[in-house]
Amino acid sequence: MATTTTQPLAPALVEPHADAHAHRHAPPAAYMNPYLAGIGLGLVLLAAFVVMGRGLGASGAINAFVAWSLNLVAPEHVRSREFLAEYIGDGSAHPLKAWLVFEVLGVFAGALISGLLARRVLVSVERGPRASVALRLGLAFAGGATMAFGAALGRGCTSGQALTGGALLNAGSWAFMMCVFGGAYATAWFVRRQWR
Amino acid sequence: MTPLAKYGAFGDEMGLVMAFIIGIGFGFFLERAGFGSAKKLVSQFYLDDLAVFKVMFTAIVTAMLGVTYLAWMGVLDLSLVYMTPTWLWPQIVGGLVLGVGFAIGGYCPGTSVAATATGRIDGLVYVLGLVFGTVVFAEAFPLLKGFFYSGSYGQQTLPGVLGLSYGVVVFAVVLMAIGGFAGAGWLEKRFARPASQQ
Repeated sequence: MATTTTQPLAPALVEPHADAHAHRHAPPAAYMNPYLAGIGLGLVLLAAFVVMGRGLGASGAINAFVAWSLNLVAPEHVRSREFLAEYIGDGSAHPLKAWLVFEVLGVFAGALISGLLARRVLVSVERGPRASVALRLGLAFAGGATMAFGAALGRGCTSGQALTGGALLNAGSWAFMMCVFGGAYATAWFVRRQWR
Repeated sequence: MTPLAKYGAFGDEMGLVMAFIIGIGFGFFLERAGFGSAKKLVSQFYLDDLAVFKVMFTAIVTAMLGVTYLAWMGVLDLSLVYMTPTWLWPQIVGGLVLGVGFAIGGYCPGTSVAATATGRIDGLVYVLGLVFGTVVFAEAFPLLKGFFYSGSYGQQTLPGVLGLSYGVVVFAVVLMAIGGFAGAGWLEKRFARPASQQ
């Protein structure tokens, strides 16, 4: 996937039709204007409301995945865990045959399509100039684990609560969203070495 | 009439196909906006690039105006659109904890999937963190259960809570967003990083 950086320059120099492959060596495209991207995202969200009668989400898919995988190894245990048991239900429907799971698979595909078109697919670890790979990956894991707690308590994440509930003028979602920004701003300074 | 699924326009299987297609749109615009990159996302919290705020609020305003207009036209039955009930205290604490996780990890759940799709190892590790945190939460649930169900107010909308009409709140949100966009531009100039540090 990392063609833009790992591709040696030599073939482009010796190939007779180098121009035809010039795009492979072009730098990643600039990001879309945030307001245009926001309109696009808003129309996708609107489509979800109109087509399905529900908004977007992400953390619920993780819950379904965790419930499903634990159900494979320890079914009795999962059924005793109230938070996950609802994703298993009475066993009549497959836990992964759920709206959010398929939507998140779509997110993966859509991001990959956009990334490929913009030459932004790159196997890499994003970090600041002073951060080691170990620090970055450690904080990524810790941040994910923390976020899972917050999303579970808040009944959703940035997608399911902030975006979806925000557009529906859901009071709890707006309180949640303000707190997300508050928590992030209060924390950013302490982890700045990761990025700055 | 819509929502289509609630009016029986298609069955469960087709609903999953729709979920996948809508997800593609979601992931596409997340990545287009640069949200497959933790660097881009966390810039929001260091105030030199407020794309997260701009994209989020433009999306909220776009969808909100669309929903309002379609409901007013009688095309969309808003009462059939699922809205999560409010559990105020866990949502406040959950929001704060989620924000802390966002700043530490650099992603939120949806954007971490977009990051993983575009090859970011830190995005994948973040997803593993999500899985781990979910397992821990499920195990700790008996201890948290009382708090989890506290502050239950049922389905609450801002117009209902504020005692204002739906249209007035929609208008206020649009004004707030426009003010926020202007403020974001000002902050970006104020906190701009020297080119050498980018």
